[in-house]
Amino acid sequence: MNFSERMYLPAIFQGLSITMRHFFKKKATIKYPEETRPMSAVWRGLHVLKRDEQGRERCTACGLCAVACPAEAITMVAGERKRGEEGLYREEKYAVSYEINMLRCIFCGLCEEACPKAAIFLQNDKTAPARYERDEFIYGKDRLVEPMPTSAPN
Amino acid sequence: MELTLLLIKAAIIFAIFGITLLIATYSTYAERKVAAFIQDRVGPNRAGPFGLAQPLADAVKLFFKEEFVPANANKFLFVAGPSLAMLTACMASAVIPFGNTLIIGDMVIPLQAIEVNIGILYIFGVVALGVYGIMIGGWASNNKFSLLGAIRAASQNISYELAMGMSIIALLLLSGTLSMRGIAEQQGADLFGISGFNWNIFYQPVGFIIFITCAFAETNRVPFDLPECETELIGGYHTEYSSMGMGLYLFAEYVNIFVASAVMSTLYFGGYNFPFMYDLGLPHNVVTILGTVALFGKIFFFIFFFMWVRWTLPRFRYDQLMNLGWKILIPLSILNVILTAGAILLKEEYFR
Repeated sequence: MNFSERMYLPAIFQGLSITMRHFFKKKATIKYPEETRPMSAVWRGLHVLKRDEQGRERCTACGLCAVACPAEAITMVAGERKRGEEGLYREEKYAVSYEINMLRCIFCGLCEEACPKAAIFLQNDKTAPARYERDEFIYGKDRLVEPMPTSAPN
Repeated sequence: MELTLLLIKAAIIFAIFGITLLIATYSTYAERKVAAFIQDRVGPNRAGPFGLAQPLADAVKLFFKEEFVPANANKFLFVAGPSLAMLTACMASAVIPFGNTLIIGDMVIPLQAIEVNIGILYIFGVVALGVYGIMIGGWASNNKFSLLGAIRAASQNISYELAMGMSIIALLLLSGTLSMRGIAEQQGADLFGISGFNWNIFYQPVGFIIFITCAFAETNRVPFDLPECETELIGGYHTEYSSMGMGLYLFAEYVNIFVASAVMSTLYFGGYNFPFMYDLGLPHNVVTILGTVALFGKIFFFIFFFMWVRWTLPRFRYDQLMNLGWKILIPLSILNVILTAGAILLKEEYFR
């Protein structure tokens, strides 16, 4: 070591200048509850079962999504539409129950691609929320079906 | 008249005590903010606006934690340790002149708790007692890691006290007085035609570097925080402490930082003097108040400097610490004393 290196002080001042520059740098932090990170355009979030323009459920319980699902997270029970239920379901066949196990789902989006009726979508603005119990992760129709539009078209 | 004077003194003492505690409290917040900014983070911002209530939240947390005393600890000394550390830390600010005099009517009030003509000796005495708090706390814990931390603290403080004392002796040769107020007043003289700029840093730069290095060691701050080195000694002398006992130790450290910053500002950076202070043509009392503001500005800079260094430099190894203290700082400070004395003699002989 030469004399200036053995003095330590030049090195200390160099270090101090480096930390001082960081003091004024822009912070990388995103203050989460107030700010959210912008999601990627192709990001896949929580599933939704869509209704058509008349407020009827699009799903016909064909089971293609369950077949396409590599994680086997989707189960459904099909039923026949009764007289008088034409306003609720679009086709004669509909899903009596439709469950997605969020513990198994890998959010691959293959169900969305497989659906012939454009019924299931992975929303790009909603994350699957954290829950406390395992059985709360099995999402039934009550959580999946899109709510009725407030002003239903006649 | 006597009573008013006493009341004013009491008010000043309470004010200084309160300010000391307030600054120490907010130093803990500032420390976290400075750390965050240097590491490109945001730091505490949940409690109150900008996280300003964070020290309050920390205090509440510490008070409500369980006060735990180890089974084989010496109970009396275990409690006495942190109390002593806090007591000695708070005592030292008594002789620091926080401003020039205020003149109200025919009364002259110096902004200082106690004016004694042995100010520096008093500070050194009290600061040297501070190590007892750490020593007693580490010993009373009945834990070998705490004891090791306490021994380290004691030997480190003794080693650096010597170099610190020598660097002060060079300063005293220049000033010719031990009174803190006297030293501060001398620095209000002219230098290069600028009034209030006759600061000792221009005469004693080496002495200042030695002093600030020793001040870091005395306050147990990084890079000299070996007594509480968690990788080697768990937590050092305060391993066994919980709740407010621990809180007092940490708080005493911040009070010590405040006192060290105040002493450095007073001894080397002109105290309450600031450049052009007598050229502004302002009344005496206004200049005094501006001087107090200037002194606190200097103190805050040094507190910030302590934190800045903490988040820059890594910790010393123990043998490096001892080498620096005994083989470099003490010889250097003795050399500084000799050179200063020689310069004073030369000046008296040839440049009168």
